[in-house]
Amino acid sequence: MGHRWDFSSVLANTDALLVGAIGTLHIFAICLVLGLSLGLVVGLGRYSRNGWFYFPATAFVEFFRNTPVLVQILWFYFALPILLPFEISPLAAASLGISLNSAAFSAEIYRGGIQSIEPGQWDGARALGMRWGQVMRRIVLPQAIKRMLPALTNRAIEIFKMTTLASAVAYVELLQQGKLIASLNFNPIEAYTAIAVIFFICLWPLVQLSYLLERRLRRDE
Amino acid sequence: MSSDVLLRVTGLIKSFGANEVLRGIDLEVRRGERVAILGASGSGKSTFLRCLNFMEMPSAGRIELDGRLLGSERRPGERTYREAELTGVRQRVGMVFQQFNLFPHMTAVGNVMEGLRTVRRLSKADARARAERELARVGLADKAAQYPAHLSGGQKQRVAIARALAMDPEMLLFDEPTSALDPELVGEVLGVIRSLADEGRTMLLVTHELGFAYHVATRVIFLADGAIHESGTPDEVLKHPRQERTRAFLARHKEFSL
Repeated sequence: MGHRWDFSSVLANTDALLVGAIGTLHIFAICLVLGLSLGLVVGLGRYSRNGWFYFPATAFVEFFRNTPVLVQILWFYFALPILLPFEISPLAAASLGISLNSAAFSAEIYRGGIQSIEPGQWDGARALGMRWGQVMRRIVLPQAIKRMLPALTNRAIEIFKMTTLASAVAYVELLQQGKLIASLNFNPIEAYTAIAVIFFICLWPLVQLSYLLERRLRRDE
Repeated sequence: MSSDVLLRVTGLIKSFGANEVLRGIDLEVRRGERVAILGASGSGKSTFLRCLNFMEMPSAGRIELDGRLLGSERRPGERTYREAELTGVRQRVGMVFQQFNLFPHMTAVGNVMEGLRTVRRLSKADARARAERELARVGLADKAAQYPAHLSGGQKQRVAIARALAMDPEMLLFDEPTSALDPELVGEVLGVIRSLADEGRTMLLVTHELGFAYHVATRVIFLADGAIHESGTPDEVLKHPRQERTRAFLARHKEFSL
């Protein structure tokens, strides 16, 4: 296999890649915030002993955990506009699919983290006269987040990589631009290699940063 | 000292599923009284204490605090309690736990400030000043900036006591406050509790420290099988018990304490 590697055709398209990178970061930011915050709400529902919160949250988690994100994105993009009287942009469809899926997975992380806090912490806080929400916000979540951080970091990495699925509805992000470059220059090896390397370069420092954060949060122990 | 009744418990029952842990307890505590609660493990003494500030919900019975009956009766014999009422009661009835239950992500002074900030809504400066006073009172002014992980068991329990005191409770519940401590650390915690007794504070104390109960309590009750088996002055119950089970319990304890 005597392929001669030549990245000049990729480098000639850095503008296109830059546009793709901005698109990737854009949808990543949306899905990270939406996915992890909605996940907290759903996770609290899963933790609740009240059926009015528990059952809808459980149905949500089960539905989105057990259907492929790609199918959800295509459904939101092609099917939903037929049912509802408005257009849905590629960004909106992809963000919805990825965010809801991430919410379902992170909900289980939140629930597990909250459950791992010793009952004595609840006792100590409630004995001071704190309300449920105050105990959760001031005592339980700050400790639980610390334990959940590795799992949440994994989720963030997963979200970052899932953004490539948005290319299925022609949202302009890195992979979409890579496909474009590959088909215009007949250089799939270099184009897709470059995309993979760019993802690695973006994610690796992010992971290192999370290790640093974990160590800082552990300073009181 | 006024001698009015601060706490009145009538027919308190607590069951966990089919297991009836408290089988109808009646108790009156007057202001300034110090009641030591003794009993073998499984006698229901901790559960009883935890029902008094609703860490556990009583299954049946009535609890009156300062003459006011708590909760409301939705169905006959079944009382329900609103969260706002319970948080109000818990501010007035402080509790100290066997396992301290300090918040590990906060410093000692942060632990004491927490209730003042989130419940009492004090400003940060006021809460800090008050918290530092309470820490000084339990002899830990120099440990204010330490996290619980860096404190000894005895120091942790003193922080927990300071945290409870900061809320100005009318009554304090101690749930085996020295049982989790190494023997050489028990003294410093008992010393703090004794100083609170000397101030005339109302307190209920579940303990295995019979000597301490004898010297500090104004009344001793002995619990067995979820009911008050014997009750009286420390001298009556600890020196001249009338009931066979109380005698057996005390004999067992003296074997170990000698």
